[in-house]
Amino acid sequence: MEPLIRMTGITRFFGQFLALQDLHLELLPGEIVGLLGPNGAGKTTTMRILSGCLGASSGTVLLDGFSLSEEPLRAKRAIGYLPENPPLYPELTVDEYLCFCARLKAVVRSEIAAALDRVKTLCGLEPDGDRLIRNLSKGYQQRVGIAQAIIHNPRVIILDEPTNGLDPNQIIEIRNLIRTLGKHHGVILSTHILPEVQSVCDRVVILNRGRQVYMERLAQMNDQESGMLTIRLERSPGEAAVTELEGVIGVTALGANRFSLRLTGSCSIAGLAKQIVQRNWGLQELVPEKQNLEQIFYRLTTAGEQNG
Amino acid sequence: MFAIYSKELRSLFLSPLAWSLMIAMQLVLGWLFLVQVEQYLELQPKLAALDNAPGVSVLVIAPLLNSAGVVIMMLVPLLTMGIFTRESGRGTLDLLFSSPVSITAIVMGKYLAVLTLLAAVLLLVALLPLSLLLGTRPDIGTLAAGLLAIALASAAYAAVGIWTSSLTQQPAVAALSSYTLLLLLWIINLTGGGANSPLQQLSLSSHFQRMLSGLVTSGDITYFLLLILTGLVLCVYRLERLRREG
Repeated sequence: MEPLIRMTGITRFFGQFLALQDLHLELLPGEIVGLLGPNGAGKTTTMRILSGCLGASSGTVLLDGFSLSEEPLRAKRAIGYLPENPPLYPELTVDEYLCFCARLKAVVRSEIAAALDRVKTLCGLEPDGDRLIRNLSKGYQQRVGIAQAIIHNPRVIILDEPTNGLDPNQIIEIRNLIRTLGKHHGVILSTHILPEVQSVCDRVVILNRGRQVYMERLAQMNDQESGMLTIRLERSPGEAAVTELEGVIGVTALGANRFSLRLTGSCSIAGLAKQIVQRNWGLQELVPEKQNLEQIFYRLTTAGEQNG
Repeated sequence: MFAIYSKELRSLFLSPLAWSLMIAMQLVLGWLFLVQVEQYLELQPKLAALDNAPGVSVLVIAPLLNSAGVVIMMLVPLLTMGIFTRESGRGTLDLLFSSPVSITAIVMGKYLAVLTLLAAVLLLVALLPLSLLLGTRPDIGTLAAGLLAIALASAAYAAVGIWTSSLTQQPAVAALSSYTLLLLLWIINLTGGGANSPLQQLSLSSHFQRMLSGLVTSGDITYFLLLILTGLVLCVYRLERLRREG
């Protein structure tokens, strides 16, 4: 399958400062990729380069097979881009603005009205067509920004912190919207909210100081067991007694009757549960810990700081 | 390009700025016009005694259009100062840059929108001398040359104004830069020198005033067209650089 985005060897300097170093990235149709990183890692720079708003110092970007530097107009037809701050004209109404965007993105004139209806329904803006953008709340402005990015039904959608400034209900709505969009389009989104990545993305890329430090499919990541589990007991026998369970090599008490256990590689969880039940400690909870995105993120983005 | 043109035109007319500027201009020019007409009426008995006396075209219309050229120079930078400063300030430049339109189309769309507004301004200016048709018969050829001069000069002001608005994020700085440039071009011939000295050739006012006198030469037209082209090309170049370098 031809990737929608093929980013090869992208490097970007701002003066002497190296903002991005040799970045490679591919996005397949029907895939949602999350771009993670601490502030200043280069997420926004990456997205601006992808959307053609910023040149790269070296490297190439192919969008839907077209080179961004050689055939910019054809390449840009394939993308919809929501910058960090939604690019809105406060003096226009929502309808006027979206109509302008549709024409700017070369939507055929006879299809503009239908496109407007479609994105307004998707983004929950149906009743707000006649309102001035100036008078909308931040969350609604963000929705208009997303509507703008998908009005021409682009194959690639680039969203820079799409849930920025939204309330929790709106965040859920926007995540659902992104999941819906991800079925037919390729979506790349940046965020520093880790649960957001876990809930919507298929694949995660972690940037740190302009370098790609991690790339993994989330499904795979979740399968990797960390060899840790947490138990909660009704009648706590004390830390020492828990350590005596077969297959347990380490115990940390998390509270009066919660323990985090480290297991040997060969220990089966079923066997462990059986032992606890036999001792009649009143097992209430047993949760195997998956390898956690938060742990990975923390490990990778703080490791560099010690070295330099 | 047409999308940008109509959006920009809408934004220009939706802002109170364009309207207040047109009102201010019409007030000032209307007053000047009445003063000129009054002076002409006082002079009329003396003029009647002269052979080949200068008529309204020379005594009323030419000074009026000359003032209009200066007043419009004061007005255009205020109109154009927001064109690109606003876009980069609000982050909407990213919307334009990520859309399938070339930078030339962006600049031309916006420039044509400003020209459309200036066409309305020109119409307002033209109404003043045309009102003389009610009582007398001014020289229509001279008047047409004068209006052409104003049209070309305004278009040149706008091109310079659009360029300076792409240089900064602050509208006031953009306006000030275009004032400086335009005023300098206007007065650069004050050092004297013959009619063909390089400074005379470079000056806006010498070309402008020659056309006001009714003399339309290809050289003067070329001067204005070159000024327009320079402004627009510099603007496209500046935005290309902004997109590339960030």
